[in-house]
Amino acid sequence: MTLNPNAKMEETQNGTEVYSTDPLIVKSHYDIDYIHSYAQDSEFFMSLGKKKIMGSKCKKCGYVYGTPRSHCMMCGAETEWYQLPNKGKVHSYTTCFFGSEEFLPETPFHLILVEFEGANSLFMARLIGADADDIYVGMPVVAKFKRMQRFLPTDVYFVPAPEALEAGKQVNGK
Amino acid sequence: MKYKGRNVYMVSGGVTKFAKATPTMDFRLRVKKAFDYALNDANLTLNDIDGSVASYFADHFQRQLMSGIMVQDYLGLTPKPSKRVEGGGATGGLAFQTGFEEIASGRMDTCAVYGFEGMSHVNTWKGNEFIALASDTNFDYPVGGFYTGYYAMMARRHMHEFGTTVEQLAKVSIKNHGNAIDNPYAQSPMKLTVEDVRNSPMVAAPLTRLDVCTMSDGAAVAILASEEKAFEITDNPVLVKSIGTGTDTMRLADRPFLKVPLLPNEKESDYSNLQYPGIHSFRAGRSAAKEAYEGAGITDPLEQIDVVELHDAYTSSEIQTYEDLGLCKYGEGGSFIDEGKSGLHGKVPVNPSGGLLACGHPVGATGIMQGVFMFWQLQRTISKHFGNSALQLPSPKTGLIHSHAGTGTYVTVSVMEATK
Repeated sequence: MTLNPNAKMEETQNGTEVYSTDPLIVKSHYDIDYIHSYAQDSEFFMSLGKKKIMGSKCKKCGYVYGTPRSHCMMCGAETEWYQLPNKGKVHSYTTCFFGSEEFLPETPFHLILVEFEGANSLFMARLIGADADDIYVGMPVVAKFKRMQRFLPTDVYFVPAPEALEAGKQVNGK
Repeated sequence: MKYKGRNVYMVSGGVTKFAKATPTMDFRLRVKKAFDYALNDANLTLNDIDGSVASYFADHFQRQLMSGIMVQDYLGLTPKPSKRVEGGGATGGLAFQTGFEEIASGRMDTCAVYGFEGMSHVNTWKGNEFIALASDTNFDYPVGGFYTGYYAMMARRHMHEFGTTVEQLAKVSIKNHGNAIDNPYAQSPMKLTVEDVRNSPMVAAPLTRLDVCTMSDGAAVAILASEEKAFEITDNPVLVKSIGTGTDTMRLADRPFLKVPLLPNEKESDYSNLQYPGIHSFRAGRSAAKEAYEGAGITDPLEQIDVVELHDAYTSSEIQTYEDLGLCKYGEGGSFIDEGKSGLHGKVPVNPSGGLLACGHPVGATGIMQGVFMFWQLQRTISKHFGNSALQLPSPKTGLIHSHAGTGTYVTVSVMEATK
């Protein structure tokens, strides 16, 4: 049995970063590693390493998704994996000059939504190899894949297709 | 017809002045200020409140789970019933409607809906990161990770589809920041020109800094009541006539290309070549409007609605929302602002308060703030609460509030009606 009226909490020397004292504002740090499973979407991320973009096709109604989803939102039935083409067209685009803290060092970057032949919906990706002013709706783009997979959707990205050069000149009147 | 339940009225409201940072007050004290304002304005006491709904979006900002109960506790509302409601940017609108349901169902005779967000706990770019976690974190966040980027792509497609211009977007910014000059609660009142908007820093092309709302600390409270109770409390309550809620896919990329769900004043031939919603329009906004209009008997929105407070987190989304609400046809949103129809003295004033662009957007408070400003507008008590009557419309009868989440994933529309 221990009952010690002289017990003293050990103190450390790490202190607290104070931004202001009126009101008292201190730095509070938070950091965590998640154990994140891609679960039923795993195949999509694995396939990027084989230079394949895998969407989904409904086994019942035939709706084709430009993104993975294992059940169809149109009819509720199960879907099967569907290999999307490695080329498509720009459905819409932007250039981000600011962003979330995590992506600020990458700004400016282009975001696009890609239309694929044979798919009913789109795919969001980064586009490189084009100046902001030269991107246009309908621009043909080709998928490229990172050699060192990070198992992120950015393992695939897009560049202008060779035929975009000629078409782009016409659109921009250059 | 669907069972509508009991009539629901709004009897009081309160809002804190929205600001970039108010570190002298935590979220509980901010709500307390708005709550006390609302109680005092209607001569209510704590005993008059049967229960509550807590509205806040992101646990990340405060790194405090169950913030709702901390507010309930601080306000002195324990042990009365309460719950938290969350749905991104539409959290406030959803919470307002949950309060409506508490009264309509007969469970409560009075319900306090309180909303708050303290976004100043992190810097703006970390805040944008938290908000972007409200996009699919497997497929969207790692690619774009930035809501203004998503909205920029929608705006661009709207421009491509309908010929909308960046000058038209700028006019929304000019209108809303300008209206806010007479709103003492607003965070960013400004007199602007098209050049000011276009020359401000580009955030995600074509959206500039002045096309985008700000982060804020703030709180707002709406007190709802049953018919019997409402007229006991005040001779000038405002009827919440109907509610509507719509949803859409989390991923922008998954939006289908179908036909427009028509409002009574539209016909199929209006949109024979339009694939809908794609990414140019908000199907959830249209669905919410359809449900709310059916409940309120609105068949011609432009003629029957006198004032609108809508979710203009981006200038482009205000233009898109004119169309979703049927104030004009799809594709006519740009000319709607050009013609001044949504101006303070226009056909249907939109965001006379200044909207999110100028009032600020402390997410969980925003949709409730819209309810409070609409309540004062329909009560015709703007001068009492704002200290001036510049923004008071002469005789508004029917108002619409619209709250919106994600890339249009949850959208609420509630129709309110003056009784006096």
